Amino acid sequence: MIHNRLDEVFARCRKQQRAALVGYLTAGDPNPDTSAKLLDGLAGHVDIIEIGMPFSDPMADGPVIQAASERALAAGTHMSDVFNLVQHINDRHPETAIVLMGYANTPYAMGVEHFARQARMSGADGVLIVDLPPEEEDLLHTPLQQAGLHQIFLLAPTSSEKRIRLASEKATGFIYYVSLTGITGAEMGALDGVRKQCERIRHHANLPICVGFGIKTPEQARAVSEFADGVVVGSAFVAEIAGHAHDAAETLRARVVEKAKAIRQALEGHHGQR
Amino acid sequence: MNHDLPYSLEITHAPDSRGHFGTYGGRFAAETLMGPLSELESAFFSAWNDPTFQENRIALLKHYVGRPTPLYHAERLSKENGGAQIWLKREDLTHTGAHKINNTIGQGLLAHRMDKRRVIAETGAGQHGVATATVAAKLGMQCDVYMGREDVERQMPNVLRMRLLGANVIPVDSGTATLKDALNEALRDWVATCEDTFYIIGTVAGPHPYPLMVRQFHAVIGQEARAQMLEQAGCLPDVAVACVGGGSNAMGLFHPLRDDAVRLVAVEAAGTGLEREHAASLARGKPGILHGNLTYLLEDEEGQIQGTHSISAGLDYPGVGPELAAMLDAGELELEQATDEQALDAFRTLTATEGIIPALESSHALAAGLRIASQMSPDQHVLINLSGRGDKDMNTVFKALGWLEEAKR
Repeated sequence: MIHNRLDEVFARCRKQQRAALVGYLTAGDPNPDTSAKLLDGLAGHVDIIEIGMPFSDPMADGPVIQAASERALAAGTHMSDVFNLVQHINDRHPETAIVLMGYANTPYAMGVEHFARQARMSGADGVLIVDLPPEEEDLLHTPLQQAGLHQIFLLAPTSSEKRIRLASEKATGFIYYVSLTGITGAEMGALDGVRKQCERIRHHANLPICVGFGIKTPEQARAVSEFADGVVVGSAFVAEIAGHAHDAAETLRARVVEKAKAIRQALEGHHGQR
Repeated sequence: MNHDLPYSLEITHAPDSRGHFGTYGGRFAAETLMGPLSELESAFFSAWNDPTFQENRIALLKHYVGRPTPLYHAERLSKENGGAQIWLKREDLTHTGAHKINNTIGQGLLAHRMDKRRVIAETGAGQHGVATATVAAKLGMQCDVYMGREDVERQMPNVLRMRLLGANVIPVDSGTATLKDALNEALRDWVATCEDTFYIIGTVAGPHPYPLMVRQFHAVIGQEARAQMLEQAGCLPDVAVACVGGGSNAMGLFHPLRDDAVRLVAVEAAGTGLEREHAASLARGKPGILHGNLTYLLEDEEGQIQGTHSISAGLDYPGVGPELAAMLDAGELELEQATDEQALDAFRTLTATEGIIPALESSHALAAGLRIASQMSPDQHVLINLSGRGDKDMNTVFKALGWLEEAKR
């Protein structure tokens, strides 16, 4: 059974009676050098950092994260840069868990064994592939397991009871519940519905549940943290870069850090009733 | 069933239960779409096995689309070209002018049966968009069509036709602003709207069950052509030729001929040349995952999808249907290419010798078909799928020939 920093993060947060903060940025956005500073800034204020592997055709992402992928690729970000960034964050933030997030064609093109080894060696703890549902997971399952990486699956409002069971059986690390029927960065679904779905998932899964897609403000994060083990914020951080991509790296970093601090405070100031 | 068309409803060469054709295909989709895709799969099989659905579909194919389409012996072209007899399957004569409507009738009826009020589609050349808008108008459904900005500009007549038909054409600026990006955008729409929206994919690609479903709806092409060859030529063709972008007209023609001794030739767009810019995914691609399926893709060494080029918007796609990928690996398929220039030559040849103006997509099949026929003997037969008519391509062709500048002078 895989046990790594991800499990430690959730244990630590449980002890502190708060939800984990999961923050996302696309690797290489707006360029690899600046990206190193931004990820470093974010990693200091979140419990888990999701590092997006830029892809030419990010089908499940809204305009904000699509543009981040385009900026990263236009700046010449390669997978070697992505792994260097993971390594950099791993060196500087040994307590922050790292999840690599992206699309199936990236590990497939690299060779899944090679990808898994590189990911683990550079310091990743888990992998989340948006277009690799449990039905197709055998593509990555063994390489990830051999490398000691958690394979995280998504569940959505459209997931049936049967699919919740399937994902719960296959997932390790945590379950990522997509709070809305749509793409990243859209408006979050009604809170009550999200809470009910989380309860349904908890019934089947003995894993932490993180909720994401559409959470942008400290208030939303706090509300979700009442029933979720983790709160994922992505587009809201990426949006701090969008439109300011040519600002000095330090300015961008300050914007990302400020946003992260505000959300973190909302979670820490609020010890859930769990 | 009370009709005189040579349609078989038996599903042969089916993928496995998870939609894999050999190692290709599958269902690589976001979790949100997995439920709706299962629902679609059950709905498709239940409709396919329902005589009422099939009667409605076949009646529309006959009285609305104009099927069967003729099989035409292009005698003058055969003589001029030398070699084998050339037979054209006239999909250009269908309502809306291309084979695409065979599929949109099927999926449109299915959408209706599933009580979806809205349909969406992606389109490259605009033929699938027009065919979807047409069916949406006929069945009274709302219709949004995603189309790359570059294609909107080069296929303006089709954009205007869609608008006339009541569809909303949404230009896509992301990525390379062509067909693949339109597909991305349609998928993003569907993820958010799957509750009341049916996504009519226009080719034999995408997550299961699309490749199977679209093939079944287009199989009428090959089923008719097979019967017509036997009746008109007295034998099956030696070679069947079709152009391949995503591969819908090719699978439609090839599927019913797969178990016969017929060479199946897939013609890809070689653009300005295979060493330059092209869209030949089968010839130059490698297996990868995009748009919900594992198939041959044009990509760089890290899996980033590459921009493609073809004079024909309908072939300008970096992937290909997974079943064609499997057929290629199994040795069931021969590959040919036609460059922009060769397609234009074939376009002019058919126009001048037979008075038939083909679509630029189909001109690729013609170019390769004529080449193959010229090396065969007059007692042999080459069947070419004339998948669409060229009305939509007038501007592109005039521009390529330099006639627009001439007219201004």
